[in-house]
Amino acid sequence: MAKYLLLKHYRGAPAAVNDVPMDQWKPEEVTAHIQYMRDFAARLETTGEYVGEQALSPEGTFVRYDGEGRPPVTDGPFAETKDLIAGWMVIDVETYDRALELAAELSAAPGAGGKPIHEWLEIRPAYGEQATATE
Amino acid sequence: MNESLLRELVPEVIGVLVRRGADFAAAEDAVQDALVEAVCGGSDGDAPRDPKAWLITVAWRKFLDAVRADTSRRRREEQVDAEPVPEGGGSVDDTLQLYFLCAHPSLTPASAVALTLRAVGGLTTRQIARAYLVPEATMAQRISRAKRTVSGVRFDQPGDLATVLRVLYLVFNEGYSGDVDLSGEAIRLTRQLAAVTGGMSGAGALSGGGGGGGAGGAEEVVGLLALMLLHHARRPARTGPDGRLVPLAEQDRGLWDTGLIAEGIGMLQAALARDRLGEFQAQAAIAALHADAPTAGETDWVQIVEWYDELVRLTDSPVARLNRAVAVGEADGARAGLAALARLDPSLPRYAAVSAYLHERDGDAATAARLYAEAARSAPNIPERDHLTRQAARLNALLRG
Repeated sequence: MAKYLLLKHYRGAPAAVNDVPMDQWKPEEVTAHIQYMRDFAARLETTGEYVGEQALSPEGTFVRYDGEGRPPVTDGPFAETKDLIAGWMVIDVETYDRALELAAELSAAPGAGGKPIHEWLEIRPAYGEQATATE
Repeated sequence: MNESLLRELVPEVIGVLVRRGADFAAAEDAVQDALVEAVCGGSDGDAPRDPKAWLITVAWRKFLDAVRADTSRRRREEQVDAEPVPEGGGSVDDTLQLYFLCAHPSLTPASAVALTLRAVGGLTTRQIARAYLVPEATMAQRISRAKRTVSGVRFDQPGDLATVLRVLYLVFNEGYSGDVDLSGEAIRLTRQLAAVTGGMSGAGALSGGGGGGGAGGAEEVVGLLALMLLHHARRPARTGPDGRLVPLAEQDRGLWDTGLIAEGIGMLQAALARDRLGEFQAQAAIAALHADAPTAGETDWVQIVEWYDELVRLTDSPVARLNRAVAVGEADGARAGLAALARLDPSLPRYAAVSAYLHERDGDAATAARLYAEAARSAPNIPERDHLTRQAARLNALLRG
């Protein structure tokens, strides 16, 4: 098994096919979208492939160390141009193809007009554990 | 009660319940419940004089409770009560059947691993979940799906020993480190398998063919056990105090466990003497030649290349060919190693790392540095990535003078 991180972006990913901002959807379309995501996670648990997930607020800030005794330097909230992550899900699957299949399913979540969003998700393999028998 | 002693009894007790008429999934649940009761002190802390009889009694009671609690199973309960306890069979057969069932070819490797650790190893779902870094609920689902998958498999069908060995090797090789030492657990389970297949006795219950293991059933079990022991013996030397990877050539051989090495080599020699070579025996032979060298410089690379030739013949594995190229580089010089490498697919995992190593030995530090950096970018785990990055950094510093 291998773990993959699925990343969903507010900004920074290529434009989705059904690219309508969520606040322009009908309320029941928002509800249907959220239910789809919940059902997806619940189903992954029953297949034994679910590890964890977290949705993230858009209110992000960059921070860095600025030297001994000085307060940290911050930059943000982010300007419109920056890459902005909306949330993540970690899955534990048998193959890379299975990870792609699941990401595609997540990308098909319904949006405006009840049609799939076809949004771009980023998929990143996690490092595995060092095998005992390779030297 | 002694947890590890009880865990050793798990496969046998599941077998007893199945022979009394329980289906595998229910029997496995009942034994797990009994085990949890024992470990959590539900039995008033009194150590029973006969732990096996105790576990059978408690597990059978748990099974009957579960059957009674489930009204939809009413009919089956009547059947179970009516059925006489079949005679014949024994704990050895039961244990072996359980290995076959848990590594049934219809299961995915991850499901087979999880089911084997629970039903043969007696680990709890929580322990297995922690070992593989997934939530307990996820692992519980993985195990119950696996049990559903094999629910139609008859308990007395002959199984596929080769699949069992692959599953045990996966447990040994690819486990994360939770509170359970999976490598140690894999060794325990392989030892037990060797005992029930007759691999340790010399008689070889499965060596006459028909064991389903292809070439050398029982011998391959012993080969795998020897391989695990020989790798396990080097474990204390494989990581530095800061967790960094220490390559074989740089390991402090004083840290190797000579007792395990002697045991592994002894077993391997006994298996090889029976002349039914398989891939695990060949791999163990290579590990034995490394373990046998007093210093890295005294390694018998010529013999190692010969064993890799056997391994390639047996498995036709590209990974074996890649490792063979390293061995050829040591035995016949870096140029010969690079020539062997040139015949392989560059997209193979660790191809760049091997190429970097051989180029450095060939005196081409610039190419080696570039390849080490490339290898670091595609490393499968963090210790390897960091090791390869340090190699690139070392050569780049050298090149800058």
